[in-house]
Amino acid sequence: MLNILWPIFIILSFIYAVFSGKIDSLNTGIFNSLAEAVELSITFLGTICLWNGIMEIAKNTSLINKLNNLLKPLINFLFPELKNKEKAKQEISMNMIANILGLGNAATPLGIKAMKTMQKENKNKDVLTNSMMMFIVINTASIQLIPSNVIAIRTSLNSQNPSLIIIPVWIATIIAASVGILVTKILIKKVK
Amino acid sequence: MVNIVQYMSNMAIPAIIVTIIAIGLKEKEKVFDRFLDGAKEGIEIVFKMFPTLLGIFLAIGALRTSGLIEAIVDLITPITNILKIPSSILPLALLRPISGSASMAVAVDIMQNYGVDTLTGFITSTIMGSTETTFYTIAIYTSAVGIKKTRWILLGALAADIAGMVASTIICRILS
Repeated sequence: MLNILWPIFIILSFIYAVFSGKIDSLNTGIFNSLAEAVELSITFLGTICLWNGIMEIAKNTSLINKLNNLLKPLINFLFPELKNKEKAKQEISMNMIANILGLGNAATPLGIKAMKTMQKENKNKDVLTNSMMMFIVINTASIQLIPSNVIAIRTSLNSQNPSLIIIPVWIATIIAASVGILVTKILIKKVK
Repeated sequence: MVNIVQYMSNMAIPAIIVTIIAIGLKEKEKVFDRFLDGAKEGIEIVFKMFPTLLGIFLAIGALRTSGLIEAIVDLITPITNILKIPSSILPLALLRPISGSASMAVAVDIMQNYGVDTLTGFITSTIMGSTETTFYTIAIYTSAVGIKKTRWILLGALAADIAGMVASTIICRILS
């Protein structure tokens, strides 16, 4: 996708700048954006290392088991077709926990594992099952305890209160996830 | 109301850090060693992300400084006025499902131009925090098991994205 979008963005910008007489602004803009990328990455370095460190502690405690138990009823509700498939449910649960804790790097491999387990039971290997669809929709809903990336960006831009957004993000995420789940559940029932 | 949200938001991070460390101590973990293991991995993540971020910042910077983004925003303002979404956020809304790093660059750009603590900056942050790179996520999980027919999954996932964006706008408007 970006192999197409990236050159289009740059070429269109160049053409537009030439015709609107903004080529000097574009020229300084190029070097400013490089500096911005470096600045943002340095702020990121601090925040991401902090959360990765804290979540590494969490990963090695019984917190994982507790969250696992907490998620059980929710997973049974979301994936009625995986009733007796304990392995798939366990892997889905681990993926969700990694997402909640903000361990994006761990969440994706765990999620792929869950997909592979569900694919084994799939009768039509070319088509997504209902459970797979629900699983992917939940993964696109960004359920996360601490939106650390956004807080890092806000910090790098000298916000007065970088973490003010946590509660609004929680509310918006829950609404987004609920709508996604609801739409998926309805479509599973109505469309065969 | 705003004060409670502010207090709870400020409380969340320190409380989570302390709770996790306390649980680690109670279970006799070497918490500092664990912390270092995780933090080391963090360095790798940032270094791997840097080239992408740089490339995307370049493209988004070009779009903005050439005046092209402004021209597009002016064009679609009448539509966004009806939806009460600030039109400056539209480039973000369009890129968010497609690319994580591109939408991040756009978000930084918006917050630099309109102020990180303004309503626009607040909505931008909330959208970034509550939505995902939908297309990328679907592509990764379906390609991992070689599935080609995704049925109508895009509908469910995009419904979640749109709900997240509208909810972000409404919540931020109520709070500020």
